[in-house]
Amino acid sequence: MNTLYTMGIDIGSTASKCVILKDGKEIVSKSLVSVGAGTSGPSRAIAEVLENGGLKREDMAFVLATGYGRNSLEIADKQMSELSCHAHGAHFLFPNVHTVIDIGGQDAKVLHVGDDGNLVNFVMNDKCAAGTGRFLDVMARVLEVDVGDLAGLGAKSQVQVEISSTCTVFAESEVISQLAKGTDRCDIIDGIHRSVAGRVGGLARRVGVQPDVVMTGGVARNCGVLHALEKELNTEIQTSPLAQYNGALGAALFAFEKCR
Amino acid sequence: MNDKEKAEQAPVSAEAAPVKKKKTQSPGVLALQKVVNDVYQAARDAKKEGKLVGWSSSKFPCEIAETFDLNVVYPENQAAGIAAHHDDTRLCTIAENEGYDADICSYARINLAYAMGNETTNEGRRMPMPDFVLCCNNICNCMTKWYENIARIHNIPLIMVDIPYSNYPEVDDDFVAYVRGQFDIAIKQLEELTGKKFDEEKFKRVCGYANRTANAWLKVCDYLQYKPSPMSGFDLFNHMADVVTARGKKETAEAFELLASELEENLKTGKSTLPFPEQHRIMMEGIPPWPHLRELFKPLKEHGLNVTAVVYAPAFAFRFNDVEGMARSYAVAPNSVCLEKGVDWRSQLCKDNKVDGALVHYNRACKAWSGYMPEMQRRWQNELGIPVVGYDGDQADSRNFNAAQYETRVQALVEAMEEADRKKESGK
Ligand code: SF4
Repeated sequence: MNTLYTMGIDIGSTASKCVILKDGKEIVSKSLVSVGAGTSGPSRAIAEVLENGGLKREDMAFVLATGYGRNSLEIADKQMSELSCHAHGAHFLFPNVHTVIDIGGQDAKVLHVGDDGNLVNFVMNDKCAAGTGRFLDVMARVLEVDVGDLAGLGAKSQVQVEISSTCTVFAESEVISQLAKGTDRCDIIDGIHRSVAGRVGGLARRVGVQPDVVMTGGVARNCGVLHALEKELNTEIQTSPLAQYNGALGAALFAFEKCR
Repeated sequence: MNDKEKAEQAPVSAEAAPVKKKKTQSPGVLALQKVVNDVYQAARDAKKEGKLVGWSSSKFPCEIAETFDLNVVYPENQAAGIAAHHDDTRLCTIAENEGYDADICSYARINLAYAMGNETTNEGRRMPMPDFVLCCNNICNCMTKWYENIARIHNIPLIMVDIPYSNYPEVDDDFVAYVRGQFDIAIKQLEELTGKKFDEEKFKRVCGYANRTANAWLKVCDYLQYKPSPMSGFDLFNHMADVVTARGKKETAEAFELLASELEENLKTGKSTLPFPEQHRIMMEGIPPWPHLRELFKPLKEHGLNVTAVVYAPAFAFRFNDVEGMARSYAVAPNSVCLEKGVDWRSQLCKDNKVDGALVHYNRACKAWSGYMPEMQRRWQNELGIPVVGYDGDQADSRNFNAAQYETRVQALVEAMEEADRKKESGK
């Protein structure tokens, strides 16, 4: 049988990600460009993923797009919601997954996944930025740290500080007044992580948390939020270095199913 | 510049009214449209002739005003029409500039701006200024303050009936007595205002029409139980205007009866008012975001979703024969009943109308409705075991809705419903 290549493209609000799968089993190439829908990100990510894999568009048996910008891609054969794709991707990485917590740039969602990796139910945050990657970006800016350093700094916290506002603007001024009081930045960061965990934990409880629990999306790389969520939900949470590619991976898997 | 002049100078809505494709409407639908247009026209004519015109909340018994031959128009219906015509943002902003907070119900903001003399671009929904207001807070308490404000702006009588939220599933006799007493006073107030006696015989006749309307309306709603349905549930959102503004009129009863007979015919011939094949059936919870009906409908059409259950539609069927019965009937409205009853209504409706999923509008305008929805949703969803998706919006403030977010959620709902279908198939 011929080798079957399928491509999954996830165009989010802040990043464009692509994955190429071989026979629905093996990731042969992936790419990530840190700008999303409406930018040059999608076409750059597509060019990159093909180049990394030494492949051409014609080699792809099926291309499936997902994410916020999914409907604006001419290259795609089909579009699906990122919710189903995330469920599928997580199931590929963690076959026993039943709950996926995905925190992206502008939304947070919790998915209940069936035994077969299909989406059973889900909740998403409302239009508010609280509990999303954007919330962390804003806080990092106020604290003058790189968002990638938040986890490491938060881990050094000695004293528990509460950031109680869920509203991004209110929380921002809470952080500023903590800074003015001379509170240690690490303690504030830890408080911010717990605040995100509290918000997303509430969403998770609405769908019901069933093990295994997996965290995906860009924010999954922040182990401070991950640990805070583990405490909040009193459960172990797994993640993967591929967490940010999860939507694209799920899309590539669906693409494979479509052409089988 | 006074408010009237300002209204005249106001830019005619930047976003033009949607270009309407001429669709041939059935005689039943045309008759229903005429009923509502006539209500507004009659009020405008009455005003010209120097007769009294009232503004009424949607669940104040229209049967009373009808008995007194009073011309009454309905701000909630007008606000929905204004929003569907894309004139909502302009009027909401005017109200906000006058100091009404953006968190106040968008119907209230639109109407308060209107009450202050700002004309709307939706010509068909223009209302004369009121000489009295009729308010019943069985749907929410925002209503109370809203109507007090109209009464103050125009220095006119406010006829108020307080119907508190009920913590119990059944309406007890004390509750009814409390409401009944207020209806008696409201009738007296209207006798003084009009200089007419309340005509019991006429009231009975009006109740007869209202009951006929309610029966025909429920019959129309029930056609959604057929699978596939001979109608698009989205139609109910349009027909709601008739049950809100003209329940007690003979013409309304007749128009709904005509529509019901058309649906019966559709059933026989296998036709439907749904402009695409019905692939899935969903419940739509909450008042829709009127400014975005087109965006709302688009993914439903793409995925073959028929809205076969609309929670707030059957809630307008009031049936009774006397003032006591009226008090009992109006004591029960969607937002005035306890959680348990709200859950039962929805579960039953979803079962009867055979839905595979549900779309819940978390409506920023209506705290009364959306506030207890997460818990209510959790309960009926558990009971029904169907996928449910919530989306954010606002019934009459277009600034609070995002089409892309909505589309993603609808698509995910469809994917979850398809998955459930596959499971059912393979389980067979
Ligand atoms: S929409 Fe809700 S808040 Fe507004 S008047 Fe109606 S019930 Fe009250």
